Amino acid sequence: MTVMRYGQAVDFGLGEAMAADDRILTWGEDVQLIHRDLLARFGPDRVRDTPISEAAFLYAGIGAAMAGLRPVVEIMLVDFLAVGWSGLVNAASKFRDFSGGRWQVPLVVRAGCGGWYTDGGQHSQTLWGQISAYPNIHVVCPSTPADAARLMLTAVRSDEVVVFLEHQLLSEQWLDYLGGASRPTVDFSQLVPADGAEGEVPVPLTPLPIGQAALRREGSDVALVSVGVGVHRCLQAAEVLAGSGIEASVLDLRWVSPLDADAVLEQARAAGRVVVVDEDYVRGGLSGEIAALLLEAGIPARYARVAVEGTLPFAPHLEYAALPNAERIVTAVKVLK
Amino acid sequence: MTLPSGFDPVRAYRTMVRMRLVDEALAQAWADGLVPGEYHSGIGEEGINTGVLAHLSGRDSMALDHRNTAPLVGRGTDIKAIMIEVLGSEDGLNRGHAGHMHLMDPDLPAAADGIVGTSGPLAVGHAIAHARLRPGRVAVAFHGEAAANQGMLMEAYNLAAAWTLPVVFVCKDNKWSITTYTTEMTGGDLAGRARSFGLAVESADGGRVEDVSRVAGVLVARARKGHGPGFLHVTCHRPGGHFEGDPILRLLKDPAGQAKELGPSMIEAARADTGGSRADRLAAAKVLSLRGARAARDYTLRARLDPLRHGRRLLDDATADRIEEQERAAVQRAITQARAAISSRPTFGVARGGAR
Repeated sequence: MTVMRYGQAVDFGLGEAMAADDRILTWGEDVQLIHRDLLARFGPDRVRDTPISEAAFLYAGIGAAMAGLRPVVEIMLVDFLAVGWSGLVNAASKFRDFSGGRWQVPLVVRAGCGGWYTDGGQHSQTLWGQISAYPNIHVVCPSTPADAARLMLTAVRSDEVVVFLEHQLLSEQWLDYLGGASRPTVDFSQLVPADGAEGEVPVPLTPLPIGQAALRREGSDVALVSVGVGVHRCLQAAEVLAGSGIEASVLDLRWVSPLDADAVLEQARAAGRVVVVDEDYVRGGLSGEIAALLLEAGIPARYARVAVEGTLPFAPHLEYAALPNAERIVTAVKVLK
Repeated sequence: MTLPSGFDPVRAYRTMVRMRLVDEALAQAWADGLVPGEYHSGIGEEGINTGVLAHLSGRDSMALDHRNTAPLVGRGTDIKAIMIEVLGSEDGLNRGHAGHMHLMDPDLPAAADGIVGTSGPLAVGHAIAHARLRPGRVAVAFHGEAAANQGMLMEAYNLAAAWTLPVVFVCKDNKWSITTYTTEMTGGDLAGRARSFGLAVESADGGRVEDVSRVAGVLVARARKGHGPGFLHVTCHRPGGHFEGDPILRLLKDPAGQAKELGPSMIEAARADTGGSRADRLAAAKVLSLRGARAARDYTLRARLDPLRHGRRLLDDATADRIEEQERAAVQRAITQARAAISSRPTFGVARGGAR
C-alpha cells in the first residue's frame, strides 16, 4: 500500500499500464504539463500536447484505436467533450457494431468533471448520464484514490470504449489548476472529502471488474445510491441521519454504465427506500434510469432523487445550493420517511 | 508621429488605463481568495480592445472569449456590477450566475463564452441578424490565435465569407495556447488561412493602439457597408499567463519553491525502471526546458511590449497623470464597494480574505 492523492493515483494506474504496453499513448490539451511525471517517464512521443481541437483529436483517437494503438485521449473537462460529441456518439459508440463485431475500439476518453469549487456552468458539469445513453460506451467515475488507480488500469486494459471521469474536486491536479487551490487565501478543506482526495492505493496494482459497485456503508432504513463526490456527500448525510435514528446504506456505483443493477436492487429490496444522489442533470440520466430499474424489477421501493435541476450558478453559495449537498440529501430522506 | 484621422489618444489612453486597473483589481481580489475559480485577465490586450472598440457604437455586437472584462469595461458596462459578479454574488451583473467566464450585457449587446472558438460562429449569428434587422450594424468576434485550431472557428470564417456578412474576427495573438507554445501546435500562418477563406485581412502590433485603430477602422467600415467580413491579426502578450496562478508563471516567479514541490516526483518518474528509452526521457526534459525558456523570454519582454507604455507617449505627461489619477480613484471606489458588497456572502471554500 502507498498513500496517494487522487490525481496522482490516476496517473499511477495509467503509468503502470503504459509501462506494460507500448501501444498505449495519451494526448490532450496541456497533458505534458499537467501529467509531467508521465512525460518525464515516457517522453513526448507517448505523452502529447494537442492544439485546442477536441473534435479532431477525439476522432483521431478512434482512428488510432482502430489501427492498433490503445489511446487515452484526454478532454480537459467533460464540458469540452461536447465540442467533439460526434466522435463519441457516431463513431466510438458505433464502429464495433458497424463492423459486425469484428473491429474493437480500445479507447479511453479521460476527462475532468464536476463542481463544488465554483468554476461556472461550462466547467462544472458531469454529463455522465447523457454519455451513458449511447451503445457500447462505458462510463466510470472513481470516488477514492484506490479506485482511481485500479479503474484506470481496468479502463486502459479493456477493449471497450471507456469514458473515465475524474472528479475535479477530488483531483489535486484539477483543483489546483482550475480552482486556484494553491492560493494561500483559499481553503477547500470544508468541501473536499478527505478520503476521496487522498488514500491508500494497493501496490502492485490490480484492476477492478467493469460494472461493479461498492457498498461504502451498511444500513437497513434507506439506500443512498451515488457516484463520484456524491458518494462522500451520502456518507456525510448518513452520519447526520444516524443521529436521528435512520440507518442509511451508501452504494458507490463507480460505473454509470454499465450499471451494477444487482447491487442496486439488493439495497432497494433490503431497505425499501432508495434515494439517488446524482451530480448530473435530473432529466434523462442516472436517476431516472435507476427508477426504471426498480419498476422493471417490480420492487415496491419508495424513491426520491437529489440531482442538478438547472444551469449551475457561479457564485459559491448559489452553486452549493444547486448541487446535491448533504443537507438536501437529509431532507430528501426525511420526506420519504 | 502621425495618428490616424479620428483617433483620439486621450480617450484611448483613458480607456486602456481603466481596462488595466479593473483587471488588476480583480487579479488582486483573486489572489486574496475573493474570486472563485479562474480569472483570465486581459492585461496586455488593452491596445487591441481599445483600438477595435473605437469603431463600435450603438447596437454593434461583441462576441467575447475568456478574456472578456476589458471589452465590456471599454464599452461602458458598469464596472462595479462586473466586479460584484466576478466576486460571486447575486447582486452582480448577471445575478451571480455567470462569473467572469460568461459575463453578458444584453444592453450593448455583448456576451462571453468559455468554450474556445465559439465567439466566431456566435458573431456570425449576430451579423446575420444585423443584416436583416439593423443594416449598417456589425458584429465583432474576439478570439485568441489558439482558437484558430478549433474547427468551428474556421467554419465561421467560411460562413461569413460565403454569406458576405458584416463581421470582423479579431485574432489576439499572444503566442501561447494555454500552456503550450502556439507555433508548436499550429500549421501554416493564420493571416494566410484567413485570406484563403476570402476574408479581408489586416494586421497590427497590439502594443500600438493607434495602429490597431487604423486597421480596425478599415475592416469595420468595410463590413458596415456590406462589403464582407474581415480578419484582424494583432500581436500581444500575456504577462499574467493563461490565468491567475498559471503554473508556468509560478515556476518563473518562484523557481526554488516550485522545484521543491514538483521536482522529486518528476525525478523519480524520469528514473523509473520501466518506461521510455533514455532518448524518450531526454526528449521530455528538452520539451519542458524549451517551454520554460520561451516563457521566461516572453515574461522579460512584457514591459517593453506594454500597450499602456506606448499609449502614454501619445499624450503629454500632465494629461496622462491626470487620467491615471482619475481612473485609479474611480476603480478603487468600485472595487472597495464590490468587496463590501460580498462581505456578508455565505462562502464555501474560501477561508480567509474577508469574504466570510
